[in-house]
Amino acid sequence: MAVELDVFVGNTTIMDEEVYQLWLDGYTVNDAVKVRMAGGVLDECEANQDVLLSDTMDQYRTFQMCERLLQSPAKLANQLLFQIPPHRQTMLIERYYAFDDVFVREVLGKKLSKGTKKDLDDISAKTGVTLKSCRRQFDNFKRVFKVVEELKGPLVENIRQHFLLSDKLARDYAAIVFFANNRFETGKKKLQYLTFQDFAFCAGQLINNWTVGAVDNMVEDMDVDLDKEFLQELKELKILITDKDLLDQHKSLVCTALRGKTKAFAEMEANFKNLSRGLVNIATKLTNTKDVRDFFIDLVEKFIEPCRSDRWTPADIKLYLTHYTNSAHILDSFKHQAVWDRYMGVIKSCIYKMYHD
Amino acid sequence: MPGKLKAKIVAGRHLPVMDRASDLTDAFVEVKFGNTTFKTDVFPKSLNPQWNSEWFKFEVDDEDLQDEPLQITVLDHDTYSANDAIGKVYIDIDPLLCTEAASVISGWFPIYDTIHGIRGEINVLVKVELFNDLNRFRQSSCGVKFFCTTSIPRGYRAAMVHGFVEELVVNEDPEYQWIDRIRTPRASNEARQRLISLMSGELQRKIGLKVLEMGGNAVVGYLQCFDLEGESGLVVRAIGTACTLEKHSSGSLVNTHTHPNTAPASNACNSPSKDGKESPLAHGCRSTHNSPVHSACSSQRLSQNFSVSVPTLIFTGMGSGGSAGKEAGPLKTLLRQQTQTALEQREFPFFTLTSFPPSFLVHVGGVVSARSVKLLDRIHNPALGNTRSYKLLDWNSVTADEPETRDAWWEELRQEIKSHAKALGCHAVVGYSENTSICEEVCILSASGTAAILNPRYMREGCLDIGSTDQRFDDPSPPSCGFCHIPYDELNMPFPAQLTYCYNCRRQKVPDVLFTTINLPAEAAVTGKGCLIQARLCRLKKKAQGEVNATAISNLLPFMEYELHTQLMNKLKLRSMNALFGLHIQISVGENMLLGLASATGVYLTALPAPGGIQIAGKASGDLNNEQHVQSIQKRINDTIAKNKELYQINPPELTEEGVGSPIPEPRHRSRLFRSHSESSDEVSELDLSHGKKDAFVLEIDDTDAVEDIHSLLTDASPPTGFYTCNTETMPGIYNWTTAVQMFTSVRVLRLSNANLSNQSLNKIFTDLCENLLKSFYFKLRSNIPCCLCHLNFTVAVPEEELIQVSVTAVAMTFDKDQNQEGFITKGGNETEEQLQFPLELCADSSSTNAQPSSKFSGVPENTIVSSRAASVDYGSFADRCSTWLELLRLKANTIRRGSVKTISSLEHCSPLTEGRPRSLRSSRSFGGSSVTMVKMTPLSFLPGTRIIKFLGIINMFFIRETTSLREEGGVSGFLHTFIAEVFAMVRAHVAALGGNAVVSYSMKDCVLMENPNKNQAQCLINVSGDAVICVRETDQEPMTSMTNIGQTCAADGAT
Repeated sequence: MAVELDVFVGNTTIMDEEVYQLWLDGYTVNDAVKVRMAGGVLDECEANQDVLLSDTMDQYRTFQMCERLLQSPAKLANQLLFQIPPHRQTMLIERYYAFDDVFVREVLGKKLSKGTKKDLDDISAKTGVTLKSCRRQFDNFKRVFKVVEELKGPLVENIRQHFLLSDKLARDYAAIVFFANNRFETGKKKLQYLTFQDFAFCAGQLINNWTVGAVDNMVEDMDVDLDKEFLQELKELKILITDKDLLDQHKSLVCTALRGKTKAFAEMEANFKNLSRGLVNIATKLTNTKDVRDFFIDLVEKFIEPCRSDRWTPADIKLYLTHYTNSAHILDSFKHQAVWDRYMGVIKSCIYKMYHD
Repeated sequence: MPGKLKAKIVAGRHLPVMDRASDLTDAFVEVKFGNTTFKTDVFPKSLNPQWNSEWFKFEVDDEDLQDEPLQITVLDHDTYSANDAIGKVYIDIDPLLCTEAASVISGWFPIYDTIHGIRGEINVLVKVELFNDLNRFRQSSCGVKFFCTTSIPRGYRAAMVHGFVEELVVNEDPEYQWIDRIRTPRASNEARQRLISLMSGELQRKIGLKVLEMGGNAVVGYLQCFDLEGESGLVVRAIGTACTLEKHSSGSLVNTHTHPNTAPASNACNSPSKDGKESPLAHGCRSTHNSPVHSACSSQRLSQNFSVSVPTLIFTGMGSGGSAGKEAGPLKTLLRQQTQTALEQREFPFFTLTSFPPSFLVHVGGVVSARSVKLLDRIHNPALGNTRSYKLLDWNSVTADEPETRDAWWEELRQEIKSHAKALGCHAVVGYSENTSICEEVCILSASGTAAILNPRYMREGCLDIGSTDQRFDDPSPPSCGFCHIPYDELNMPFPAQLTYCYNCRRQKVPDVLFTTINLPAEAAVTGKGCLIQARLCRLKKKAQGEVNATAISNLLPFMEYELHTQLMNKLKLRSMNALFGLHIQISVGENMLLGLASATGVYLTALPAPGGIQIAGKASGDLNNEQHVQSIQKRINDTIAKNKELYQINPPELTEEGVGSPIPEPRHRSRLFRSHSESSDEVSELDLSHGKKDAFVLEIDDTDAVEDIHSLLTDASPPTGFYTCNTETMPGIYNWTTAVQMFTSVRVLRLSNANLSNQSLNKIFTDLCENLLKSFYFKLRSNIPCCLCHLNFTVAVPEEELIQVSVTAVAMTFDKDQNQEGFITKGGNETEEQLQFPLELCADSSSTNAQPSSKFSGVPENTIVSSRAASVDYGSFADRCSTWLELLRLKANTIRRGSVKTISSLEHCSPLTEGRPRSLRSSRSFGGSSVTMVKMTPLSFLPGTRIIKFLGIINMFFIRETTSLREEGGVSGFLHTFIAEVFAMVRAHVAALGGNAVVSYSMKDCVLMENPNKNQAQCLINVSGDAVICVRETDQEPMTSMTNIGQTCAADGAT
């Protein structure tokens, strides 16, 4: 005696959020049943394991049928197959596009290609996120990437409109797309301490200030590609370290301003030239795609690590960078104020965000 | 040339990719009606084509308009090879033929393919211009309204109930035609869908003609079924109740004013104000009172009214005398005579209604049913030469043979039902339904209903106002118990029954138990809550062929009925209840077994005596062990009864023993079933279903059956806290429904693996299957607590050897627990009104697979009386109508303010009915394309918290789905899950296109699944029906509250 067929269909589609999450997390039906039993849902309604199994199967089937629609969320709103109240639709979409930070950290900056997809089982083993869930998340990244690639207009807004995501989630996706497009290196051991949110913040800064879109908002890929002209102009900053006078002048201005305001003053003074060389070198090399990829690793190696070994506090960092940036304006022979500000504004907030354990 | 059909193809969306190379589609559309086809241009390379076609015009007979669906086919253009079909949409034009229903069909329809399911959507506009047809010999019946609802639809009143209409049409099943061997499954499915659509159109038209002949204008309780007889053909049959309905106009609003004045008085029994109750019979008499509007409403029928004449006048006079009680005796006889003559003129005094206007139902006798087992003949098909492949074969002229055989079969059954009703002293059968169960060439036909005595007013030629009561005829029995009183003569009872004086009024005799197929009358006095009671039974039978098989089945049937009946009775006692409503017994036949499932809603009627307990008796031998065993079982049973009493809040008022001659109810029960089952020839046998002459409800446990009974008694779990269940429309004692409604369909199929099952183990499996389904529902719907699963409609089938299929459609309705008390007062008015206007509905529709071959009566009541009417009714409907009106005004104001942009977006809201306006509203909705109208569905005749402001027409759809990639679609479960969801989607789309936002009286009448997992194939047929409506949220109640309160209080008084 076996149940050959068992379905339950509501006029308004019944979806249990807990089961949805289990499905998204890639649990098999049987595992999901175990989790639900452990969660004590059985006590609620005098149910037994069979009931739970049947319910879980039904819901899994429903989700599978919905998945096609979730992949182009705009369709969910005007399809006729499932009657789902709007607020539930929002929930379904938002959760479907949600991702695990541990997972995204692994693929951030990688090419969203078949090759990477093949590595998903390793990532799954490493992060503990089920392969099924990894695949969904990876496919989501890829899908969003593909769609916005061909669109004009602001990246975040495009993502939000096409995938009906919340602002926060749309920003995260913008960061992922931006990283994937520029192939930033994020996997090196030295960068392991950084979370996805750190990178997402930095991505936001870069998108808002360094891309074409920061100046002109109607070009294709405006928010995905860095502003080439700007990168070219960054080369001009080299004068800050190549001109000995300028370097000394800059150092004395900064030291004067900092004196007595921090315990790390001695280290700051001693390291000024090294640090300044580091930052300016990063700026001047950004015309090379290879160096763009190493942007974050450079920031860590050239700036964050030295400061950390000297035990600067985050407040020290902020103080130092503020004065470092502002003092350049007082330098008479330094003519590239605008580029400097555009560059340092981003560097400052990125470093500040990245400066933690 | 009486009609012009116009269609416009606007756009498509979400089309499937038909060209792999470009990932796009070059779509165009063929629009076909009858033999005429139009095509749109090809819209190249798009998945969202915008055709914006011209208006395609078809000039057609209205007869064709009724029969034919508009057929829209979406194709992919292919330059080099044949064009590929993407899918089709069939649109039933019928709702447009009725002036009062929808005026335009406009919206997005799912494009459906029988192999691939839904593939995108298409936006279509359809209109009909009808010319007046003066031809009196016309074949069409345009304008007759059809309702699935088995009560007088909300917003209408029955000027007259004409009675039973039936019709059937027969055709060859395309699936079994020789051509099927060479055509694709798709072509075959489409031929079948189209044929059935044509046949239902024709059937509806023919029924409509009968209605017009009878002088009616509508069919309520329309129940259409398919019998897939395999090689012997396809039968589409329908039954219904012909009525003359009148729309409540704004005039009737005023009209209802009269009720508040008169109704409470009537409630108090015999009070003089009874005369205030109109004399709706003839307009001539109408002058007796205060409602000038009455005549206005009914003037259209004026010419016929005079036939009623004399008695009307007499009664009017008496009624105003106010002492109806005294007059009751002679009046009663007169009333009887009248009613009888009125009804006897009719061949079958049957009514498919399950809920009635107050005072319609005078007495209820009990359930009558008849079954017969037939052998389906292989038909020699004389129509094979017919080349019109899509046209209906006209069986009536080609072979008088076929339909007449079927007709004769049903006729035979109906005669039997009629005679059973007569034996119960009743002249009518209400809550009547018919169904079949077919396995290979054996077919069980079943008919069942409730014998009753009806108020003659509604039957006669004459205008009757449903919203009012005719107290002049009334015996003094109050409405809360009148229907329980026995209709037959006490001294000449049709079967032995235990009679007592009514516990409510003490004047008339009542039986100890009452079984009916109707909904609980709204005015009935009930103690506590009710619950779903099911009896389930499996019986093995030997595989056999032909007559041997038929004989074996008909031999088994009486025993099955007996056992089902015993189970029901035991379960009823165990719950300490004394009446069953909505009883539906389904017997389904398979190759090697018979399945019986009886479902009903048990309640404790205050008027009936308290049920006795159940006594267990052991073997006579004084075996000590055995005795202990018996005692322990007895204890368990007693405990369960006590627990159930508490659970269902059954605390009947302690009986004042001094009551006039009321004997102490004895813990005994006797009932008797008359059954006659017939094979081809009718031998009528009678069976005494009471448990012999011994004191009933003594179960002897040395008897294996009894052990089984006890077992099944004690294994039935009661629903968990927060849940109530019933198979009727609503649950007594619950009034404050919220608007949260969740309709669902669930199907389960069980494969019996080991071949050597005994009856007992089979029973257990079947019982568990049903119980587990219920448990699943409780769990799935736990977020709706507190809620009631209403109209739980179980259908069983044996699709193949070793397979048992159970399908359930029901609705979970949430209610507000906290306000339980208050709610009764404040919302009671609506509720009562709701119940009255579309009173509770039975599973009358559950037609499907079922069959029954014998007949039975159970329960009993007595004659006399037309029940007087609960006051609350009038208040309720008054309030309702007023608020409808207010709502309309409000909506109108809204619309003016917002202009045509308005989309009262919230779910319950929809365009109000005023003509002209909705059009712009609707089109703005359908073209906006942004989001989809929410469409609620319910098997009930109403949606709580909302008011139906317009009926848009009947929805009757038949779909076939087939797959050759079963595994890829998630196995049978995945396949059926998708299909059911698609069916829902198509129903919703059609309703939305008609401008509606809900379906009431929804039912899934067939769900036939055939699978062959080895070949990776499956096929499924689903037939659904319902009434498309526009409803609005019930608001603006404030001005009415005081009124409703009064009404409710009165009702409460009357009820206790």
